[in-house]
Amino acid sequence: MRTLVLEADGWTGHRAGQHLDVRLTAEGGYQAERSYSIASAPGEPLGITIELLDDGEVSPYLVEEVRNGDRFELRGPIGGYFVWDGSGDAPVLLIAGGSGVAPLMSMIRHRAAIGSRTPTRLLYSSRSWDDVIYRTELEEPADGLEVFHTLTRSQPPGWTGYARRIDQEMLGEVAWPASEEPRVFICGSTRFVDAAADGLVAMGYPPLSIRTERFGATG
Amino acid sequence: MKTEEMKLDGNAIGGLLMDIFGTDLTASIGVCATCGAVGHMAAVDVYVHAPGVVGRCRTCGSVMIRIVRSETKTWLDLSGTRSIEIVES
Repeated sequence: MRTLVLEADGWTGHRAGQHLDVRLTAEGGYQAERSYSIASAPGEPLGITIELLDDGEVSPYLVEEVRNGDRFELRGPIGGYFVWDGSGDAPVLLIAGGSGVAPLMSMIRHRAAIGSRTPTRLLYSSRSWDDVIYRTELEEPADGLEVFHTLTRSQPPGWTGYARRIDQEMLGEVAWPASEEPRVFICGSTRFVDAAADGLVAMGYPPLSIRTERFGATG
Repeated sequence: MKTEEMKLDGNAIGGLLMDIFGTDLTASIGVCATCGAVGHMAAVDVYVHAPGVVGRCRTCGSVMIRIVRSETKTWLDLSGTRSIEIVES
């Protein structure tokens, strides 16, 4: 896992939750393109967090090879659906699986930057405590932000948080009742997103109030 | 990996659609030509592992959008999409 800070020529700024595409071109013209969520808040230096996938085409370069001053092609910012601008009074429920926390982190940082008091909860599923991205930052959440971790594979000694995959009971404890009409953003693998979204629909959340972003295992 | 696990959504082709249409389409509202379901283009089931990109209606599974690109051409088939209401975001 590595976070890169990018300086992009002609960048017009982004909204919290958007992503960008990185395009690498090899000698001979072969191109590989991947999407990465922007983890930084709007107005901050552009940051993306890349998870290394051993058989990937792009992530090994971005995680292990790229150095200060190297240049590559970007496209973006992209997306107008999976974004939160901080407007409205509705509470916000963020649900992240693994590196799906990145766009939600942009929303959390944006919330802090604009001094929003919108009640916000993050339910964040990771394999182990060492796999929790932005851990230090999330240990001191801003006012009105509550962070709930679940560690699905291993837990440190004395762990008091959740220790299983997200399920109906967990959602019932963490999520607001549907009557409070929360805005929901879920990001993770397809299986994770489906489980979380189905669970919220079962609690009475209208499907259209749930915004989702799925990522695949192509790196 | 099973096909179901390779499923992405319309967010994943946001950049490609922006290249073609010149504006963001993920927040736009599409209508499936087969079943009439209405939803955000970001919520379409997307498969990128074929030679091209295939987007399917989340409600009925019918193909709504197909895109194949080469170095010099883009081939776009929207016959499975009845309409798209483009929302400026």
